[in-house]
Amino acid sequence: MPLRGRTIDGFEVGEVLHEGGMALLYRVSRPDDDTPLLMKVPRLRAGEDAASIVSFEMEQMIMPRLAGPHVPRFVAMAGFETEPYIVMERIEGAALSLRLREVPLPPDQVATIGAAIADALDDLHQQHVVHLDVKPANILFRPDGTAVMVDYGLAHHDQLPDLMAEEFRLPYGSTPYMAPEQVLGIRHDPRSDLFALGALMYQLATGETPFGEPQHLKGVKRRLWRDPVPPRRRQDAIPPWLQEVILRCLEVSPDRRHPTAAQLALDLRHPAQIALTARAERRRRDDILTVLRRRLRPEPLVPRRLDTAGRIAAAPILAVAIDLSQTTDELAALLRSQVQKMLASRPRARLACLHVLRGAAAAGAGDEAAQNRHVQCLLELRHWAAPLNLAQGRATFHVLEGADAAEAILDYARANRVDHLVLGARENSLSRRLLGSVSGQVAAEAPCSVTVVRRRRAGEGDHGPAGSD
Amino acid sequence: MRIAILADVHANLEAFRACLDHARARGAERFALLGDLVGYGASPEAVIEIAMALVAAGALALLGNHDEAAVSGSAAGMNDMAALAISWTRRRLTDAQRSFLAALPLTHEEDGRLFVHADASAPGRWRYVSDALTARRSLEATDAQMTFCGHVHRPALYSLGETDKVNTFTPVCGVPVPLARGRRWLAVLGAVGQPRDGNPAACYALLDTARGEVAWQRVPYDIAAAAAKIRAAGLPASLADRLFLGR
Repeated sequence: MPLRGRTIDGFEVGEVLHEGGMALLYRVSRPDDDTPLLMKVPRLRAGEDAASIVSFEMEQMIMPRLAGPHVPRFVAMAGFETEPYIVMERIEGAALSLRLREVPLPPDQVATIGAAIADALDDLHQQHVVHLDVKPANILFRPDGTAVMVDYGLAHHDQLPDLMAEEFRLPYGSTPYMAPEQVLGIRHDPRSDLFALGALMYQLATGETPFGEPQHLKGVKRRLWRDPVPPRRRQDAIPPWLQEVILRCLEVSPDRRHPTAAQLALDLRHPAQIALTARAERRRRDDILTVLRRRLRPEPLVPRRLDTAGRIAAAPILAVAIDLSQTTDELAALLRSQVQKMLASRPRARLACLHVLRGAAAAGAGDEAAQNRHVQCLLELRHWAAPLNLAQGRATFHVLEGADAAEAILDYARANRVDHLVLGARENSLSRRLLGSVSGQVAAEAPCSVTVVRRRRAGEGDHGPAGSD
Repeated sequence: MRIAILADVHANLEAFRACLDHARARGAERFALLGDLVGYGASPEAVIEIAMALVAAGALALLGNHDEAAVSGSAAGMNDMAALAISWTRRRLTDAQRSFLAALPLTHEEDGRLFVHADASAPGRWRYVSDALTARRSLEATDAQMTFCGHVHRPALYSLGETDKVNTFTPVCGVPVPLARGRRWLAVLGAVGQPRDGNPAACYALLDTARGEVAWQRVPYDIAAAAAKIRAAGLPASLADRLFLGR
């Protein structure tokens, strides 16, 4: 029965906005509510695959649990005992599939789009969800560029029953982006979404999908042993850093991909600081012997079972703010030892080293003196980090500019999804009184944990000498 | 309405009290006790007294295999340790307590919800629901949309949907799971008084009938006190030791 023109549970049903394989989307509205809304109604024709019902149930379990800018806001739903539907916020922006007409896109646009999607995935992963169907039609953009992930019918929530686990079959149309472990039925690894995003960036950057569009399981399985044509072979204009990022996402073993979506976004926003490996220079696919060897002796893909949030906790982004002009050698060493302790237990953690160029120095940006000051700060940050002996690419260095140091640090932490900030307290109480406490403001307003490092002063607290632990 | 569902108290007064307090603090208005009030633990009288008071105030209580054995004196099918505890328990109960246990029903059904101690396909046979196969047997024996049972001492959630496949899930403590109305669900509670899933904290579930959600809860309790009573009663020491391990 056509729904258009009817009123269901107070929602006036308008025209069909989209006819998908599993569901129809209708424009709906309700009196006294200006929010743009849509109603998703599963197709329930005779002979319809019953798995689509399970998929809709899964989406009904997951959507009410999700919040934030990267998900359409959930409004209402009804189950199969009556007329099943989900009403949610209608995202006004365009789907990424529209951009496919313009591919290949310039590398900086690929990075911008990729970082926006990685932000959305990080947010989902933090909310215990692996999307498992990352593809252009499922990614919309709000007017401000925020990516929104839609369609949770194939998703996995690590704290809810996975109803789709028993219903495994090829999700038609998504095969170009599907991760190899997903082909094998593994559904709990958030890095499967990073593979899909890598395949998507490959397509945006080259105009081709990395593994074609196989229609059968056998064809989809090829990606377990057959590596894609390196992007730079298809498009000369692709810089080494972008190929590095894309091919890392497309690694067969999840352990060799970026550990988290947040770390992937960090790379895409700071291309100059990406540690290049042999991937960046690859110009041809692996030879037939290597491929054969992989086919005969595939890598074990069953990852250690960690819940999604646990995986993120094991690979956090740490940021340390070092006030180069104020920090004494002693405080610098204390900061370093604090950071060292935090990195030691988590080999997949990343470290961002920050310094804020304030006021006049920042205002004159562009002239040569300012440029030199900027470079000098970068050198000093690297010098500070050198004793940590971090592998290339594990630490990145950033000179921020802004009149207000605390605001600059907070902006950086928000934009880059920093999990933990470390900074030193000003030693000099006079300057703290005059300038205000940067660490105090950061600790109060940060979107994450904050550790403030301060040298223990004689006569305040313990009677032992400072640093005696 | 919030219903607190508790199974397998096993004469563990400390765990029972902790769970009841925990549930009340979270707005539980109704209590369902799914059997095995006694057995293993050293406080059968006190546990039954609390249960009798709850039932007098409208709670639901069902019979478990240990309750049945404590009444009949027949420990058929039980291991030596359980049988020993049952004969110890039997000697301690008053007539009133014994007749309270004897009068408990095997099942109770209300509003599409079936409560039972073990497998619903033959409630008096005390078979375990411990995997997809045994869950299917229980689910196929009832039309109820939700079944709640205990007996296994390990939390689990099974469901049967449109594709006739049994889904198996280990609940995450404190996270409410929506029990979609299009499926049929079988919730296996953990044990209040003798958890066996490696987590020694007492376990029960809170059902929110308005939201159609169930959340398993884990509650820390004074294990040392419960264990000390078991030892002091002369019951096997391993019954005390296992409480610390949740095994």
